[in-house]
Amino acid sequence: MKTIKRYLNRYDVILILVIVLVAGGIFAGTVFAAKAGGQVRIQVEGKETGTYSLKTDQEVQILGGKNTLRIKDGQAKMITATCPDHLCVNHKPISKNGESIICLPHKVVVTVESDQLSELDSTTN
Amino acid sequence: MTKKISQFGLLLALAFILGYVERLVPLGFGIPGIKLGLANLVIVIAIYLFPLGEVIALDVLKVLLTGFTFGNMASLWYSLGGALLSLLVMLLLKRIGRNTVVGVSIAGGVFHNLGQLMVAAVMVSTRQVIYYLPVLLIAGLVTGFVLGVVAWSVLGRLKQIRGSGR
Repeated sequence: MKTIKRYLNRYDVILILVIVLVAGGIFAGTVFAAKAGGQVRIQVEGKETGTYSLKTDQEVQILGGKNTLRIKDGQAKMITATCPDHLCVNHKPISKNGESIICLPHKVVVTVESDQLSELDSTTN
Repeated sequence: MTKKISQFGLLLALAFILGYVERLVPLGFGIPGIKLGLANLVIVIAIYLFPLGEVIALDVLKVLLTGFTFGNMASLWYSLGGALLSLLVMLLLKRIGRNTVVGVSIAGGVFHNLGQLMVAAVMVSTRQVIYYLPVLLIAGLVTGFVLGVVAWSVLGRLKQIRGSGR
């Protein structure tokens, strides 16, 4: 501690604290935003019909109302389906990346994905 | 004048060589975009020894030389953005005159990374680079501290030499 004090004065310490606080704040902000973020991608017979943000509460009609997906509080749940087995309706709400609800009779796939680019590759030196 | 030119050339050569040494011994800690930035040591020292115009010239020449020799076009732009922003902040802090050499160097390290990231954000035209910002800020803090301590002791010794009547 004493050796560090040799190099730094009070203004340096303030500078360091500000930098650490800003870095921590941005980190906390991005972590929080990542949790609340995300979107669902809906595919019918392998073709994408749309993506919907999990942040906005909404109901999505799929195949003209054969299935209804409700997005509420950052979770997506299939609330109605005209298919006989109702497996998708009984599926628990999904909210985390990679989770999906699949309605096999209608060939509907609902997948949660990140709304951020996952790759942070860099070519800087 | 001749002394000035030779000192300038010496520092530029030193920055160039340090850039090469860094290339040979990468201290990247496995994280892309993070390195010690040895060549910036020369800039920190130069800020305390040379007038404004020469420091800026030294900084730009350092980036161009190392960039064309060791890097590619993209890394050259990142480096230039980082180097200029870093220099600007360091000159400001030195002018304000409250911080020690180490403090000035820390600010330089942090803003070097910030400048690079800003250029990257513009070139890739994405906001996603913000997720990388905390890591780069802390990395700049650490490398800036290390370089600052070295610059501090170098400047101290230079003062001793000058003070001994030569």
